[in-house]
Amino acid sequence: MAQMPRQPLFLARSSYRQRRLRDAIRFLPITGIVLLMLPLLWPRGPDGPGNGQVLIYIFSAWSFLILLSFLLTRRLRNDDAEEGNEPKAEDG
Amino acid sequence: MLTFNLLVAAALAYVAFLFTIAFIAERRASLGKVAWLRGPLIYTLSLSIYCTAWTFYGAVGFAARSGLEYLTIYLGPTLVMLGWWWFLRKLVRIGRSQRITSIADLISSRFGKSTALGVIVTALCVVGVTPYIALQLQSLTLSFAVFADAGGSEWVAGDLNAVALYAAGGLAVFTILFGTRNLDANERHHGIVLAIAVEAVVKLAALMAVGIFVVWGIAGGVEQTLARIEASDIAHWEQSGGRWVGLTFVAAAAFLCLPRMFHVLVVENDNERHLATASWAFPTYVMLMSLFVVPIAVVGLDLLPEGSNPDLFVLTVPLNQGREGLATLSFLGGFSSATSMVIVATIALATMVSNHIVVPIWLRSRGQGAMMSGDVRAVVLTARRLSIIGVLTLGYVYYRLSGGGAALAAIGLISFVGVAQILPVMMGAIFWRGATRVGAAAGLTTGFAIWAWALFLPSFGEGAILSARVLAEGPWGIGWLRPSALFGFDALDPLLQAALWSMLLNTAVFVVGSLLSFPSPLERLQGAQFVNVFEHSAGAQTWAPNSAQAEDLLIVAQRIIGPTEAQAAFQRAARAQGKAGYLPDVTPEFVQTVERMLAGSVGAATAHAMVSQTLEGAAVSVEDLIAVADEAAQILEYSNKLEAKSAEQERTARALRDANQKLTALSIQKDAFLSQISHELRTPMTSIRSFSEILREGGTDVAAQQRYAGIIQDESIRLTRLLDDLLDLTVLENGQVVLNQQEGSLADLLDRAVDTSGLRSGGIKVIRRPADEAIALSTDLDRLGQVFINLVSNAQKYCDAENPELRIVVRQTPQGPVVDFIDNGSGVPEASQEVIFEKFSRLEDHARAGGAGLGLAICREVMLRLGGEIFYLPGQGGAAFRVVLPKSQAMAAQ
Amino acid sequence: MAKRVLLIEDEPNIIEAISFILSRDGWTVHTHSDGETAADRVRSLPPDVIILDVMLPGRSGFDILRDIRSDPATQDLPVMMLTARGQTKDRELAEQLGANHFMTKPFSNAEVLTHIRALLAGAATPCDPAEPNLEP
Repeated sequence: MAQMPRQPLFLARSSYRQRRLRDAIRFLPITGIVLLMLPLLWPRGPDGPGNGQVLIYIFSAWSFLILLSFLLTRRLRNDDAEEGNEPKAEDG
Repeated sequence: MLTFNLLVAAALAYVAFLFTIAFIAERRASLGKVAWLRGPLIYTLSLSIYCTAWTFYGAVGFAARSGLEYLTIYLGPTLVMLGWWWFLRKLVRIGRSQRITSIADLISSRFGKSTALGVIVTALCVVGVTPYIALQLQSLTLSFAVFADAGGSEWVAGDLNAVALYAAGGLAVFTILFGTRNLDANERHHGIVLAIAVEAVVKLAALMAVGIFVVWGIAGGVEQTLARIEASDIAHWEQSGGRWVGLTFVAAAAFLCLPRMFHVLVVENDNERHLATASWAFPTYVMLMSLFVVPIAVVGLDLLPEGSNPDLFVLTVPLNQGREGLATLSFLGGFSSATSMVIVATIALATMVSNHIVVPIWLRSRGQGAMMSGDVRAVVLTARRLSIIGVLTLGYVYYRLSGGGAALAAIGLISFVGVAQILPVMMGAIFWRGATRVGAAAGLTTGFAIWAWALFLPSFGEGAILSARVLAEGPWGIGWLRPSALFGFDALDPLLQAALWSMLLNTAVFVVGSLLSFPSPLERLQGAQFVNVFEHSAGAQTWAPNSAQAEDLLIVAQRIIGPTEAQAAFQRAARAQGKAGYLPDVTPEFVQTVERMLAGSVGAATAHAMVSQTLEGAAVSVEDLIAVADEAAQILEYSNKLEAKSAEQERTARALRDANQKLTALSIQKDAFLSQISHELRTPMTSIRSFSEILREGGTDVAAQQRYAGIIQDESIRLTRLLDDLLDLTVLENGQVVLNQQEGSLADLLDRAVDTSGLRSGGIKVIRRPADEAIALSTDLDRLGQVFINLVSNAQKYCDAENPELRIVVRQTPQGPVVDFIDNGSGVPEASQEVIFEKFSRLEDHARAGGAGLGLAICREVMLRLGGEIFYLPGQGGAAFRVVLPKSQAMAAQ
Repeated sequence: MAKRVLLIEDEPNIIEAISFILSRDGWTVHTHSDGETAADRVRSLPPDVIILDVMLPGRSGFDILRDIRSDPATQDLPVMMLTARGQTKDRELAEQLGANHFMTKPFSNAEVLTHIRALLAGAATPCDPAEPNLEP
């Protein structure tokens, strides 16, 4: 798998889907950071939401991220993961 | 009341259970039944050693003191796992392709297999992790003490120390038994992995059980629990943003850098695919681990008297409610958390200490290098066992010295910040080719120093190491060097400011150091290997002088990985090079293979040093290459050339191999042909002789006489034809043929060929497209026709389809017009496609189809003479031959 | 009653020649030209003498001979092997496998008759060493 300079410009539909799936997986941690840092914008102290509510929010966000990761990685194809190099020629 | 002895018995039974499980796993692994041990589930569970006793017990205390902040410890790793595609996938790939044995090995290997870096990282990890091991021993003894208290017997410090000592001793035995059974890092520790997976289940079950009991058994449901939270001391969201972000980051960094995590994440990883599963399964695990932490904290604060240690609520709440069984389960959960962490952390540290400190020192002390030394294998194993004992002893001593007090409880986060110092260099190692050894060493040292000054040393308490005056006023009264307020920033939380400064300066020094220094070629090559691991998973190019002796390498390898395996590996390599015996040529690739093989046992730096010494190549080191090539860029070019050259050599070798195979096949074929030719000549001769005798004897009727004479005539013709073919081929081969230039059309020629072969009368069905065949030819039409006749009659003879069909397709190609003869039979097997054009070759199965296997050989010779080509066209569904018409003579009709 | 000979051979002209010679001598000649099913044919018949060619489609004469010799019902049948290849190793193999006689093509008609009769009489003539070895 050393040099594979000629990446095709256009991909079959399924390969295209796989590429976007990998993009989605790349975005997962960013989504996670945004969701999990969000409570920092909320007001603190007795005026703001109680810890109970924050707790519920965080565990919901957490579950959502886990579910997302589960759904995405499940559809990841084995061969593509093996081949797995960063796509150089982005398809359009 | 639960007696203390009963508890000890439970703990001992549990330990015996773990030994049994580990033992069974090793047994099964040695029988080759490892598939179930290497699944994604076990992998995910083994990652749970992230949750130590500190998190098992301490998370509740953390929550009782600072609300939801404890979540950051779990959110950091969750984010890392969600981002597996970015970091972990690459780390695991590198770990496997370079056979990395530890995080120190990773850094050392990346920066030119540097021994110094290995030592720095090892030291950092030992200093950072030992207190953490001490913390586990402490939590073990504390949990015992809780039960002793509840049982009414007040413990004295001596008893607690005894518990810690027994625990450390037991752990050492377990770790040595199952952690140093084999040397090759590829043969991973099945027993330990399974044991910690079981412990992962136990601790999750224990914490969940306590949580469920608290929520539904005490509080009376989810809503009541939420109400209790609202009414508690930690009712309000008062989280400091800086600590939330900072701790999440530190936890994420520690998750990647902690030696034990690196060990289970990378070294014990069997399959990159497991990461995909772990990316959601591990976050699920830690989410469940943290789900009931706040309820337990809140209920504990409610129920238990003021001043109770919230760190032990997980135990004391069930005890307070008289649930001794639950308390025991909870105790075993904490026990599991502590032991699994200590076992893996000890293995990881011991591997680093033995590979990066003990073995290099030992090698150096021998002076003579790897060649002269004795059984390195035994030395490495002994080094590792001693290191295990050393690490655990250190942990115990630390526990004793620190007095097991509250100071130790803070060490968890401090330890995290310490190992997080490796993160910048690690990121640089796998993403930035420009990172250098000098930069890495400088950055690590800076981070380490700041961390030690600002966090680690003060953690011992006032007057322990740093005096109260230094802590309050800075060394020599220099205020901006005060540990808790470096550079005068005392607004920040001490932990946070230490983490911030150490990471910032660490990164800055690493980057600037890398930019300013110049890497050695080996560093650059390794850098390229690491950063571009997905492009080429081959190893780094190493310099192998030709004088090197394969035998010396074999001696060294035998000592490290054992004679059987070494010999097998060398034999494999020799065979791959086409040599017999155990000694392959010492090619760069082979040297690399050996180096990696050894690296799995002793680490990359040591392996490199040993191989270099063995090859007497220490003199022709990388530094010498610089002198020769004066620019490292040239070294890179050299490596590229080397790659190209080896590719070329490989091509040549393959061509030679192919030729050899062909020759062998041919010589077999030639023997076969001689008996074939004998058969072909004798068979008609037999009929001729027999029938002529019958005729001479007389006594047969006229009809029979005529018939027999006819047979004699046919067989004579058959004989003549065979002789003609042989003669024709000889003439063609010797180039004595006279070509007879004629004009004509392809369509006519094909018509004639089909007619002559007698196909019109039935048998195979011929499909043609006359429109394509309007091509004027100017060549020896008789000879070209001979080729066509041969191909058509071959199809007739050999096509084994039920309804045989022959398609004759004329195409225009860049080489000019071609004629394809494609039948719908089973075709020519791939192995035979090579030889069908050789004379004397004939496919076994069709031995009876007539002809002596000269037809295609004649066709090839004819086409060669005419200036065209004929070859077999694979993948057409049947036998397919392509005739490329002679170029100069072929012209389009119009 | 006429003695039966089974001729396992695939060249039609040679079949015709041998059939003619033997019928004229009073034999009942059965012929079979497929290697794959030859052994079954031997079992179902079974003949008094077998003439077996080496190069047959589907299965070689040697394999067939091995089958015949390993089946208790047919193992004692006299077998004469024919070959057009005429190599020493073929002859040796035939002897090893238990052929009663081995003849190289082309042969004289009289020779065939002599040996077949001898085989039937149980006085299996050993392979004639004087016969020209035509190994190429």
